[in-house]
Amino acid sequence: MTTETKIVTKNLNLHYGEKHALKNISLDIPVNRVTALIGPSGCGKSTFLRSLNRMNDLIDNAKIDGSVLIDGTDIYHNGIDVVELRKKVGMIFQKSNPFPKSIYDNVAYGPRINGIHDKKILDEIVEQSLQRSALLDEVKDDLKKSGLALSGGQQQRLCIARALAVNPDVLLMDEPASALDPIATAKIEELIYELKENYTIVIVTHNMQQAARVSDYTAFFYIGSLIEYDETKKIFTTPKEKQTEDYITGRFG
Amino acid sequence: MQRHFEQELNGLKTNLIKMGSLAEKAVHDSLQALLNDDTDTAQRVIDGEDRINSLEIEIDNSIVDILALQQPVAIDLRMILSALKINNDLERIGDHAVNIAESVFSLAKCEKDSYIYLPKMAEVAEQMLHNALDSFIHSDTKLGMDVLGMDDTIDNFNKDIFTRVIDRMKNNQRSIEAGMHLIRVSRNLERIADLATNIAEEVIFIAQAKIIKHHADEIKINPHSE
Repeated sequence: MTTETKIVTKNLNLHYGEKHALKNISLDIPVNRVTALIGPSGCGKSTFLRSLNRMNDLIDNAKIDGSVLIDGTDIYHNGIDVVELRKKVGMIFQKSNPFPKSIYDNVAYGPRINGIHDKKILDEIVEQSLQRSALLDEVKDDLKKSGLALSGGQQQRLCIARALAVNPDVLLMDEPASALDPIATAKIEELIYELKENYTIVIVTHNMQQAARVSDYTAFFYIGSLIEYDETKKIFTTPKEKQTEDYITGRFG
Repeated sequence: MQRHFEQELNGLKTNLIKMGSLAEKAVHDSLQALLNDDTDTAQRVIDGEDRINSLEIEIDNSIVDILALQQPVAIDLRMILSALKINNDLERIGDHAVNIAESVFSLAKCEKDSYIYLPKMAEVAEQMLHNALDSFIHSDTKLGMDVLGMDDTIDNFNKDIFTRVIDRMKNNQRSIEAGMHLIRVSRNLERIADLATNIAEEVIFIAQAKIIKHHADEIKINPHSE
């Protein structure tokens, strides 16, 4: 890999009780690129994604070993402030989940919690975040409108703006477009393409064509193991592993 | 909405235009070399073949990536399928230019009366290639149709040259070597014109989704014709 690495996982194992959900995953995720995680349901791709900002901590019987280094720091080390970590590593979910508040307050929520109350600074953050999430033009005349009154695609871009408002380095996206129509999906995909200039993006998607379109690197997971990881171009034209080829061509199972 | 896919399509088109200008220059130089007995220029055409070949591979690879990663449809799909064929046509045009350039070395040493209609035929073939490339660059289907109309002229030149050279060879054995090369050049020019015609047909296919090769309308294989 020629570009600089942002996230390194080393021998990452995760158990949910008896279930070995991630098996020895070692993966280098490059900075300012889009890395897609693909694989059939239950393969571990979402579990892996959630382990990158310790979302699995919230699950009682999850046990993790190995390491996840972001900018060289092990995020599972004692003394890591998980709130700080999640500021740095933002997350966008499958179902858009704006707060039942105005568009403005949705985006300003994180900065306010972080102690920013100056109206001028908040205005700037809100405008810049909505601009970066390609939503500003559609909502700028009515920022007081409820976030819940927006369309599904707009709500998802609002959630992206909300994540950007706390100035993260990494964006984790778990099926960010799977509940959207094709036009809204295309907008999210274009947005991902633009965002990678400034952010490192890791995206889980069931839609292989989407992985092909938006990502620079693709990792194929199967039953908790990383089967193949390479440039997306290579995965989708000349994969090395037969299992990868069978999966992406739809011959699986 | 801006599509970043657009940039990839434009990149592909730019590379094809580059390929077109290399092929066009190879044809032009090979004919100039022929008409002036200029073996240095002929050698340059032969040496330039590698560049055309490597660009062909580069374009092919980029098309594979676009097909695999972007799943193009409708006009984008037609453009990419046509790009694949045009790329191949241009590479073959480069090969024909090299064939002509190779004949320059023999013809320069041969006794020959005249090039018969070859200079005129070369002019028409070059014009066809130029117009075919222009029609691609500007998506100009009218210019593309003009190219198709010129193909008969080339075929007639080819037949006439063939007949004239045979007559010469019958009358004068010493004209056989030059005669064989003149026929070879004429055949290569005829192929270049055919390939220019193919390119023009692709331009019409991209713009109108209409298959016009092999008189497709008459044999009812046009998907969109009534």
